Amino acid sequence: MNQATRKLSGDTIFRALTMTFAAGVVLLFVTLIVVLWKESQLSIDAFGFGFLFSSDWNPVTEKFGAWIPIFGTLVSTFLALLFAIPLSLGIALFLTELAPAWLRTPFGTAIELLAAIPSIVYGMWGLFVLAPLMADHVQPWLGEHLGFIPLFSGPSMGIGMLTASLVLALMIIPFIASVTRDVFLMVPQNLKEAAYGLGCTTWEVARDITIPYGKKGIVGAVFLGMGRALGETMAVTFVIGNAYHLSWSLFAPGNSIASTLANEFTEADGDLYLSSLIELGLVLFLITFTVLTLAQLWLRRGMQESDR
Amino acid sequence: MSAASPIQNAAPADKKVKPVKAAKVAKPGANKVCMSVRNLDFFYADKQVLFGNTLDIAANKVTAFIGPSGCGKSTHIRTYNRMFDLYKGHRAEGEILLDGINILDPNVPALELRHKIGMIFQKPTPFPMSIMDNIAYGLRLQSGLSRSEIEGRVEKALKDAALWEEVKDKLNQAGTSLSGGQQQRLCIARALAVEPEVILMDEPCSALDPIATAKIEELIDELKQRFTIVIVTHNMQQAARASDFTAFFYLGKLIEFGDTQQIFTAPGKQQTEDYITGRFG
Amino acid sequence: MNNMQRRKIINGTVLVLSTAAAMIGLVMLTWILGDVAIKGASAINWDFFTQLPSPPGDEGGGLANAIVGTLLMTVVATLISVPFGVMAGTYLSEFGRQTALGSTARFVADILVSAPSIVIGVFVYLLVVKTMGNFSGWAGAIALSIIMLPVITRTTEEMLRMVPKEMRESALALGAPYWKMLVQVIYRCAMTGMITGIMLAVARVAGETAPLLFTSLNSPYWMQSMNEPMANMTVALFNYAMSPYDDWHAKAWGMAFLITMSVLVVTIITRISLHKRS
Repeated sequence: MNQATRKLSGDTIFRALTMTFAAGVVLLFVTLIVVLWKESQLSIDAFGFGFLFSSDWNPVTEKFGAWIPIFGTLVSTFLALLFAIPLSLGIALFLTELAPAWLRTPFGTAIELLAAIPSIVYGMWGLFVLAPLMADHVQPWLGEHLGFIPLFSGPSMGIGMLTASLVLALMIIPFIASVTRDVFLMVPQNLKEAAYGLGCTTWEVARDITIPYGKKGIVGAVFLGMGRALGETMAVTFVIGNAYHLSWSLFAPGNSIASTLANEFTEADGDLYLSSLIELGLVLFLITFTVLTLAQLWLRRGMQESDR
Repeated sequence: MSAASPIQNAAPADKKVKPVKAAKVAKPGANKVCMSVRNLDFFYADKQVLFGNTLDIAANKVTAFIGPSGCGKSTHIRTYNRMFDLYKGHRAEGEILLDGINILDPNVPALELRHKIGMIFQKPTPFPMSIMDNIAYGLRLQSGLSRSEIEGRVEKALKDAALWEEVKDKLNQAGTSLSGGQQQRLCIARALAVEPEVILMDEPCSALDPIATAKIEELIDELKQRFTIVIVTHNMQQAARASDFTAFFYLGKLIEFGDTQQIFTAPGKQQTEDYITGRFG
Repeated sequence: MNNMQRRKIINGTVLVLSTAAAMIGLVMLTWILGDVAIKGASAINWDFFTQLPSPPGDEGGGLANAIVGTLLMTVVATLISVPFGVMAGTYLSEFGRQTALGSTARFVADILVSAPSIVIGVFVYLLVVKTMGNFSGWAGAIALSIIMLPVITRTTEEMLRMVPKEMRESALALGAPYWKMLVQVIYRCAMTGMITGIMLAVARVAGETAPLLFTSLNSPYWMQSMNEPMANMTVALFNYAMSPYDDWHAKAWGMAFLITMSVLVVTIITRISLHKRS
């Protein structure tokens, strides 16, 4: 009996210990928000809600507004997803339905490895390889043929919103593609065979069976990819151009929240300047928090029963 | 924990057919009783899955629990070592007496109870450590046995489980390196090493091939000289071959309990007969 | 028949598009890795590993300090986050499945896994750099550990959950107390998976730049201690690539090569070991 109570208390201690660390994870998160909020106070007091919608960003006059970086973050992410989603779905479909068996594993692994490459490598490659290519060939061609649309007007500088979005897309394609492939692979084989048995074509099986079956996972993957793209720093900072003006043209340089922080945080000399940058960080955190929360809620929906 | 004398074991007294009828307590004949189960109810949260199970488990005999899947036989056996403590909302009511103590009483320490009652599971569960350490695991939990004592008990347990000859030269190899049947005998040896009174087996052969199954059944027959064995099985031939007493469960109720031979040749209840003859299940 | 033809044409088109998407992916992969390998490998020589950086604009020198700095900060970050994450993950898997704390911590960890790493950098700047008064290797290591923590927590949880129920029950049936069952049996069962998770987390932070920009900063010197700004490969890569000097550009490619290779090697090794097990 005595021994038993001693052992029981071993359990109690261990449980309390693990609980402390789990609480530590939550505490870390709360501290993160509280600290960012507190340190943003100076800027929040000075600019209020207008901070979010003002496109002034002038360290000399100490006028700060977040609209340009917010806009740049949203646009670059949106464009990146526009490129990435169809390509990722295509790759996933190819990997699960079309590729010869011997190719599937190595190709799939290669895509997953691509997802492991640090984003700074993508960014640097974008700056040194993709940007000159865009400036010399792609943008002039687009300008010549589609220049009547404001999106494709203006000088071809290479760096700018379009290039940043492309690099961002390259970075999230492997992620979305490999998750989507995993989702496709989870579709029961006999379900697909049943559809083939009815005389469906490969595409019809994908459209009517595979994609609906994996819809939840695919949407979740896209959301997670979006979360990554929104907060991505290094893939964007190299090539977005870091300029504070709004333009219709995708060729024009812009800015994103993450790249503003990367470029200016250590340079910020005034308290208000620093506080505005921190508020910018808080805004970024809240945007990604919202997207990731939606992703989590979506992914967990209906998973409660199978969780047991 | 001395082995029961072979004479007692060979005593044929209770082997005669005697219909158990609707007696209040399902009695295993005139045998010494090891565990007495009285009015055992079991709940998964609000859902009751066992209803007033009452029976006696005979010492040094093999008692088999049969019944269709979901009939509660596994749930029943898992109350004997309070395995359900692990899961929230699982609760048992009634009495299970072992050596005169109600083991369902929360004051009875589960850990010590489990030293007395060993358990073997459906799938072999060799721990990710050497064969030696697998078997020594339970011993090391208990007390300060010396190294040589532990080695001695490991050897004895392996011999008891009829595994010694196969593994004596590779005690330091991983337990997972053995074949499925050997792994299951390893788990039996691991349970035997701590010298329990009762050994619970929850469908111990369902993951094994027929040859490995035969070896385990042979082993069970030898082990009952020293241990009381309760075995859950979905395999009726196995129950008929390996057990002395059989309990038939259906929908959480103990339908019939008695001498194995009698249950299989002259079942007292229609449901039992239907199940045994394969009309349902 | 007309309908049949239409279906076949649509099918063919989609198949061609999908194959094209895969080809584009493959081409980009080869292109990026090819550039990194060709331009990077030619920048790597003995000096690269043994010399300190040369002054801006001068040829030669190396990045020995940055290589050591990255290794050191990654190791320290691992030492901080592994015990923390393993314990937290244990709670999530074993004790906190249904509890409010458990689901909150799980949710928070899932958010933190994908939280923008630059915000973590800002956070650690405010928490550590501002408090200590200067940029430091410690701050960098802490920022990296915050990024590793949720990954390790969640992997631990998942790996522990994958251990079959029977394994736990077997240990408990022998009379083991719950914590001994966990430490002596279940951790061992889950070991390969947990190590894989840790290695993947290491591979991830080894290539992180954003959280180091305002924490460890960078330095052209050998470190004297972790209390001062510490050189590291990723921030150095950023600075070098943004500089106007050709020699620094070459070195940036060299670092990109080195980082990519280490990350890929770690990832491949862990994947192989994971494959072997299953």
